[in-house]
Formats: sequence, structure tokens, C-alpha cells
Amino acid sequence: MRKSRTLNLGTGSFVLLGFAALFFLTTQTTSRGLSFFGPAHYDLTAKFDNIGDLKVGAPVSMSGVEVGRVVKIDFDSNDYKAVVLLRLNERYNKIPTDSDASIYTQGLLGGKFIGLTAGGADTYLKDKDQIDFTQSAFVLENLIGQVLANFTKSKADALTPAAADPKATEKTK
Amino acid sequence: MFGELWESFTDALEGLGSVVHFLFRLIVNSPRVLLRFTLISQQIFNSGALSLVIIMLSGLFVGMVLGLQGFQLLQRFGSEEALGTAATIGLVKELGPVVTALLFAGRAGTALASELGLMRATDQISAMEMMAVDPIQRVVVPRFLGGVIAMPLLAAIFSVIGIYGAQLVGVQVMGVDSGSFWSQMRAAVDLSDVTEGIVKSLAFGVACSLIAVYQGYYSTPTAEGVGRATTRTVVTSAVVILFLDYLITAAFL
Repeated sequence: MRKSRTLNLGTGSFVLLGFAALFFLTTQTTSRGLSFFGPAHYDLTAKFDNIGDLKVGAPVSMSGVEVGRVVKIDFDSNDYKAVVLLRLNERYNKIPTDSDASIYTQGLLGGKFIGLTAGGADTYLKDKDQIDFTQSAFVLENLIGQVLANFTKSKADALTPAAADPKATEKTK
Repeated sequence: MFGELWESFTDALEGLGSVVHFLFRLIVNSPRVLLRFTLISQQIFNSGALSLVIIMLSGLFVGMVLGLQGFQLLQRFGSEEALGTAATIGLVKELGPVVTALLFAGRAGTALASELGLMRATDQISAMEMMAVDPIQRVVVPRFLGGVIAMPLLAAIFSVIGIYGAQLVGVQVMGVDSGSFWSQMRAAVDLSDVTEGIVKSLAFGVACSLIAVYQGYYSTPTAEGVGRATTRTVVTSAVVILFLDYLITAAFL
């Protein structure tokens, strides 16, 4: 009897230690926190022309405060837009219906996140509502492409001033 | 020459088939054994609690090495705050389950195999059969289930101690900021990373325990046979663990 008691004590403390370790891994090393099902929340959708490299799990923030996360990204093949599903904490349920959503970049080359800017309407967004005013991601490659195109164009203009300036050609006539 | 090769191939195939058959026998007998939990609890103690010291010590040192190496590497890019993320993902997904399983095969697997082999060699298993006690139910399944339950818990303990070790070297010795160590880790580590580690350690637990009890149960009933069974347990377990590790990593990608 004595032996089986120490044995059970050993097994019990080992199992307890193991589950404590599992608990630590799931709650302390991830952003899950203590709640297993997450806090009360509601979902909004927003359509963007281009989401850049926005990822599922990216934060949604208002005035720099994290109010939710991106939970799903889909493509609408009817109007060729990206549909982003945002899950917002129920605590922040007073977001005006005419608020706008933009995609920003964290730091210079960091990950993308969605910033909401409050509008002025008296009615608030509810579950399953859509944010109508959106602004696409700022894609660095596009900007570089535009700059390069402008640069080469202006260079070409400088080389052939006659073609660029019709008045000049008239004068020479 | 060719005939020998063919024969060894069919032998290997036959061995694989009998392992699968053995696994099915264990699974079929498992529900009945689960009712007698004292037997399993004893085996959890044997293969889990008794492996705790080696697992915790190894975890601490693996974590400390990760902290040191990770710091050296990340410092070159001026991002030593990412140390927590790097160490945790490395430990939870990869090193925790794999190193624990290798240690488990060496510490608990060999013990299981030699115990069962000695039972076979000293005719204890035949004696049980004569008393109409099913040795699979009474002896083998509790050991198998004990190992399967103990392994994920050991891997989790290994990872936690490892993270502590990385924190010890990174934060206390090398001076990485404690706040950014933890907050960057929490932002970057996903629950799916932890799940992957748990799935891996569960699969390794099944594989290690199965190989150990199989080798022990079917060992040649001589002193040499028991020795060979323990050696084979470690070798086969190591190869199977690393193979499964690749498969599960690819599946989770």
C-alpha cells in the first residue's frame, strides 16, 4: 500500500508537470492568452483592390490600438477584388458605418496591417457588415516602377527637346 | 547474391507486416486495459517520471546553446530581440519533440525492450499464457500506452525548460531586453506551432513505444537476444523518429 502511494504520487506529479508545461506553451508563448475560444467578437468584411502581402492574423488597429485581427482573405471573382474578413473585439463596437479601412505597413519593410479611421455617422457597424471605404496597400514595387518610368521618360524628353516642346519646333520654322 | 538480397528484402517486408499486426493487436486490446488504469499509471511512472531528470537537464542545455548560438547570429543583423522567437519556434516545433523522442528511446525504450525480452527469456510470458492471463493485455499494452501518454508530456516539459534556458543565456547573461524577448515571441509564435509539436511528440511516442515493446516481446529468448533487441530498439527508433519528423513537418507546411 505504501509503495503504490508513492508510485501514484510520482505519476500524478509527473502528469501535472506535463500538463502545466503544455498550458505554459499554449498560453504564454503564443498570443492566445488565457481564453481558449477568444473574447466576444464580431466580424466585418472589407473589399480591397490590392492587399499587397497582407496575411491572415495581421492586426487591425484604430489610432494605433489593436482592436482585432484579419481572420480570412478571399478573392471575389465577380468584381476582381480581395475580400478581407476582420474579427473585431466586441468591446470596440462603436465604429461608425462610414469609417474607412486602409492597409499600412509596419516600419519600412515590415508586415502589413489594417488601420481603421472613424467616420462621422451616427450608426455603428454591426456583425457581417461591410466597410465601404477602403484604400489599397501601398506596394513598394509599383512605386519604384512608376519612379523608374517617369525617370526614363524625362530622360528621353531631355534628349529630344524638339519632340517634347512643340513651341520650340514652331520657332525654328 | 541476388537471391540473398531478395531474401533480406522479403524478410524486411515480413518484419514490417508483423509490426503492423502487433500494433492492431495493441489497439484492439487498449480499451479493456484502459479500465485498469493502475497498470498504465505504473508504466507512466516508469517511462515518464523516471525519464524526467535526463529530459530536464538536456532541455536546459539545448535551450542554453540555442540562446548562445541564436544571440551570436542575430546580433550580426542587429535583431537580437528576435531571440525569443527563434528559440521558441525551434524548440516547440523541432528540437523539443525530436530530442525528447531520441532520449526517450534511449532511456525508456531500452528499458521496455530489455524488460520484456527478459520476461520472454525467463519464460514469464509463457507462464502467464499457461495461467490463462493474456500477456498482451497484462504486460504489453500498459507499457505501450504508458509510453504514448508520457511522451508528449515529456516533450512539453523539454520545450518549456529549453525556453527557460534560452532566456537564461539570452536575457540574464547576454543582456537581451526581457520585455521584447517575451513580447516578440508571443507575437510571432502561433498556436499551430504548438499543435505541430504536440502532434509530432504523440506520433513519436506511438512509434518509440511500439518498436520497444515489439522488439522486446519477439526477442530471441537468450541473453544475446535481449541485448540485440535493446540495440535494435534504439537504432530503429532513431531512424523512424527522423523519418516521421520529416513527414509531419511537410504535412504541416
